[in-house]
Amino acid sequence: MIVSMEQVSRPKRPARDRMSLIAILPLYVFTLLFVAGPLIYMLVLSFLSRAEVWGVVNQFTFRNYARIFEPIYLKTFGQSLKLAFTSTILVALIGYPFGYFMAKLSPKWRGRMMFFLIIPFWTSSLMRLYGWIIFFQANGVLDSILMGIGLTSEPLKILYTYPAVVVGMVYVLVPFMIFSVYSSAEKLDWSLVEAARDLGAGAVKAFLTISLKLTLPGLLSGVVLTFIPSMGLYFIADILGGNKVLLMGSLIYEQLMKAHDWPFAAALSVVLMVMTSLMIYLYRRVTKVKDLEGLI
Amino acid sequence: MSQTILELQGIEKSFQETRVLNNISLSVNQGEFITLLGSSGCGKTTTLRIIAGLEKPDQGQVLLEGQDVTGWEPNQRDVNTVFQNYALFPHMSVEGNIGYSLRLKRVSKPKIRQAVEDALDLVQLEGFEKRMPNELSGGQRQRVAIARAIVNQPKILLLDEPLGALDLQLRRQMQLELKRLQKQLGITFVYITHDQEEALNMSDRIVVMRDGRFEQIGFAEEIYNHPRTSYVARFVGNANVVTGWVEEKDENGSVKFSHPDGVFWAAIPEKPEDRNAVRPGDPAAVAVRSEHLELMSAEAAGSEGLKACVKEKSFTAGMLRITLSLSDGAELIASRHGINSSLEPGDRVSVAWGPENAVMVDLQSGNELESSMEGE
Repeated sequence: MIVSMEQVSRPKRPARDRMSLIAILPLYVFTLLFVAGPLIYMLVLSFLSRAEVWGVVNQFTFRNYARIFEPIYLKTFGQSLKLAFTSTILVALIGYPFGYFMAKLSPKWRGRMMFFLIIPFWTSSLMRLYGWIIFFQANGVLDSILMGIGLTSEPLKILYTYPAVVVGMVYVLVPFMIFSVYSSAEKLDWSLVEAARDLGAGAVKAFLTISLKLTLPGLLSGVVLTFIPSMGLYFIADILGGNKVLLMGSLIYEQLMKAHDWPFAAALSVVLMVMTSLMIYLYRRVTKVKDLEGLI
Repeated sequence: MSQTILELQGIEKSFQETRVLNNISLSVNQGEFITLLGSSGCGKTTTLRIIAGLEKPDQGQVLLEGQDVTGWEPNQRDVNTVFQNYALFPHMSVEGNIGYSLRLKRVSKPKIRQAVEDALDLVQLEGFEKRMPNELSGGQRQRVAIARAIVNQPKILLLDEPLGALDLQLRRQMQLELKRLQKQLGITFVYITHDQEEALNMSDRIVVMRDGRFEQIGFAEEIYNHPRTSYVARFVGNANVVTGWVEEKDENGSVKFSHPDGVFWAAIPEKPEDRNAVRPGDPAAVAVRSEHLELMSAEAAGSEGLKACVKEKSFTAGMLRITLSLSDGAELIASRHGINSSLEPGDRVSVAWGPENAVMVDLQSGNELESSMEGE
């Protein structure tokens, strides 16, 4: 009697369940080995001391974290955040309407637009950034055009300035915003907007209360896809900003590859990670969006 | 008499090269339940969307209470729609959905709450305020969609096949409820359906649509018993349409027709202009519903009626349906209550009907008749 009761109450766990567990196991192992593992390694490293010449010594310290508060590094943090905010806002302003209206095109044109967006990905983004150098450099393409139509009389010298870095960031990151907004807007049921209009909402009001609300997950995942890389895409700042714009990414790179101060580089990385995670957390709290298009 | 609340004047609409609405005009009275009935693709949804303002006509005017609103945006029109897929806002609760139009009008919160509660009362969904649309059944969503559309007390409520997605039993129940609601609120309903039974059940007047035109507009009873065209007769009344040639008009108000398989009769049209259109020797079509067909054995009938051959016999929904074929290939369906087993496929019979049960159709449109004869 008791045995049969147990059989009834025990949740069914057929062989299929165990099979799927086995099938999924490699994924877990991979994640543990290549994602969680390095993160833990980095965290541990950030509390160790650097050796005299090369590597680390096994000596626990908070010094690496304390160093971050030195003005020069704080300034780098500030500059990185400012650039990340600026680029993310610009990317959202350009990418959202683009992705939103792309979803409203006919299927034929949607396919074409998608194709145009993907073409640049066939070339290395480094190569494409060198293209911007030619465009921006003194007496380059931009200057020739502007001086040609008489808007400016002398070269603008935009290359190796903060605006040039912003343009580069926006250029590299805007497709990700477009894709994620598009995938959200494509699922938007247009009859909902019509229903809102029918119930008395003007075009703008209907957009704000219905379309924007329902495509917010796409916008947010776009923001995440833009904000995080823009904190770390140091090669853009290097190529288009010269050595005038120093970012978190470049700082970490320099500490790791040039100064060989691994623990400090690790501490910087940990702080960067915590900051970006915090940003995402706050953003989600504020907007109350749970699903970031399957991103997080 | 009742006031005209809505008027369509010579509306035309094309999508790309396809003409969807072809010069349609209609006037709807205050408090009326009017149904646009037609098969899919006949333009009924486009008509509704033009009334709602979601579509702009290429030609013609929409008048609301005598005012030309053709160029007005949907949000400027005092008209609300119950959409076919309900179109409930998935990110808002039931209360949020129903209160949406009131929030836009900046009605105070307590008043909105009260209005939402009243609307939910009307559609019998008390206490559902906090639910989200994805937590509701199809029937419940339907009710929320209706509540959302009536909470603002529009002058006209447009309903686009609102019961299409529900099962038969729920549909019957909702038909009665919608009718009750319409009487209770006194709002004009413009209802769309492809289901003639639904149309006959609920409507004061029915507009039968076909290929972007209004085939016939009339009271439900009139459409059912006096179809003007063979299409209406078939679509609304499931009637048989027989074509023959006018032989003579007799004094008792009947018309006799000749046909390769014999003779048949129909009532003479009531309207004088229709009556004048009936001339001996002219081709003509007659509609007669299946329950009015009388079958006799071919020998007993003599020269009366049409000679036909029993093609098949089926028993559905308590009715025996006998399919008969005429020599020209046309088919007639006769139906009876109960089972009459004496006839078998292949039997020769004679079909006749009382002239009072047969209506002449397609009188005003010679083309109509020709195309229907070709179609057989």
